[in-house]
Amino acid sequence: MSSTSNPLLEAKGITKYFGTITALENVNLKVHAGECLGVVGDNGAGKSTLMKVLSGLYKPSAGSLFFQGKEEILESPRDSQNLGLEMVYQDLALAGNLPIGENIFLGREPTKNLGFLKLLDFNKIKELTNAHLDKLKINVKSADQKVEELSGGQRQAVAIARSTAFNAKVVIMDEPTAALAIKEVGKVLDLINSLKKTGVGVIVISHRMDDIFTVCDRVMALFQGTNFAEATLSNTSRDEVIGWIMGKK
Amino acid sequence: MEDKDKKIESLHLKLIPYFEKYGILLLLVLMILVMHILQPDVFLSWRNVTNVFKQISWQSMLALGVFMVIVTAGIDLSVGSIMMLSLMILAVVAKAGAPWFIVVLTPLIAGFLCGLFNGLGITLLRMPHPFIMTLGTLYIFRGAGNLISGGTPISGFTDEVRYLGHGRIDLQWLGLEKSQYLPVSLVLIAIVYIIFWIFLNKSKTGKWIYAIGGNPNAARASGINVNKILIIVYSLCGFLSGIGALILAGRTDSGYPNAGLQSELDAIAACIIGGASFFGGRGTVLGVFAGVMIMGILRNGLNLMDVSSFWQQVLIGSIIVLAVYIDVLRRDIGTRK
Repeated sequence: MSSTSNPLLEAKGITKYFGTITALENVNLKVHAGECLGVVGDNGAGKSTLMKVLSGLYKPSAGSLFFQGKEEILESPRDSQNLGLEMVYQDLALAGNLPIGENIFLGREPTKNLGFLKLLDFNKIKELTNAHLDKLKINVKSADQKVEELSGGQRQAVAIARSTAFNAKVVIMDEPTAALAIKEVGKVLDLINSLKKTGVGVIVISHRMDDIFTVCDRVMALFQGTNFAEATLSNTSRDEVIGWIMGKK
Repeated sequence: MEDKDKKIESLHLKLIPYFEKYGILLLLVLMILVMHILQPDVFLSWRNVTNVFKQISWQSMLALGVFMVIVTAGIDLSVGSIMMLSLMILAVVAKAGAPWFIVVLTPLIAGFLCGLFNGLGITLLRMPHPFIMTLGTLYIFRGAGNLISGGTPISGFTDEVRYLGHGRIDLQWLGLEKSQYLPVSLVLIAIVYIIFWIFLNKSKTGKWIYAIGGNPNAARASGINVNKILIIVYSLCGFLSGIGALILAGRTDSGYPNAGLQSELDAIAACIIGGASFFGGRGTVLGVFAGVMIMGILRNGLNLMDVSSFWQQVLIGSIIVLAVYIDVLRRDIGTRK
């Protein structure tokens, strides 16, 4: 454990059924401020389902979530966002037909009042987007560029920028490097390391041991929807973690 | 060399959005020119131009409603039936002797409720596709319209009720002749289109409508209540069909069983010609207007030249295919790196 203080986010006994299928059973998870937790597991182990529960997209069938020690019930992704819990989805969850800036602020657009009308403030969106992309050292031609015109790495960067644009306390990333070219992977991992330094708790789901062993402080494995094993990074090895994924201890 | 490439690329980037936004207007202007050359005395006369606008007035309302639905990657097949049902309710209420301001409100409320019914059906009943729900209501609403009217036309409305569809704004104070009036329906089209342009481009809800069409999962993950927005969209589509009914009541002075028959297809055609994508997230209000105008001008021009209505069908069909093919080509150019 990297810290003895209260965890930023804690999930206790999360269980999720889809009809007769049990996707998660009694799963526990916690992450501290400034810590990166790696979550590994085979396809169908329940990683993505767990993340969707944490982000409020799915309601758990049983179990509870604690944020900064307080129990929270998430009715929708809006609730988790309001708490400072952000998600970067594997399918990126960007609208390709909209520009970068409008994607980053989607659902939380700044507005200005024109008489009794509340209109979108496009200048502010552009201004805030440019400032935020600069801060994260993300290079794109223009904040007005449509997301569908970007490369995979740029899209991933936009998705991460989106997750951190609103003072996030916990950022959950689902396979953040899966779709990227090798030279883009390093940039994304740098981005994660700089997030940790600012005190953000990061949860990374990944198949890539390189990612886990570069940015994570602790790793936990899910197997068939249950907690299988967990260790701080200094107390384990790649081979052991790969064994966990396949259900061997 | 690299600099030059960059310049060309950035010019490309700057030009494409303009072409995407205004390309369809070029087609419209071209058509107007061709018609003008073919019919130099008549086509651009005051009388004929106002005629075109009167003819497209109610279709333009249906097209705008269907457009919003198409932007969400949905479809509304019931707009023609919503308009007919709203028109019949208006006719029945008018015949019952209700005061004009009530009569005028009935089609708007009826249309809105029909759209709400569609929206609730699609979201609450979790229909696999809006096509199915609105195909169902295409029959339901038209059947209901015939049930309340007994399947016979109901004619004769007061001038106040007919104002939006039939009214004239006199321009003699500008020194024009009495025949050079402005149809009220033209002003109405302008106002409604401007309001919806602002709504779709400048409001949060409008932006979310485009986002849902672009990627519904992204919208949901952003905390947008997708179902709520869809219900709003279908309700507004019904409301616009209700406005269409009010205009049609003014133009024809009658509620009749065949009102709006197949006009849902005209509305969809106008959206497609205007550059809206069936996959959602793409298209502009200006494009829909151009699409409606192109169909209106084509019909009007062919009528002026005494071309049979059968040929009109063939030509409109061809233009749909051609317009979408141009769109495909444009997209090719746009995505080439």
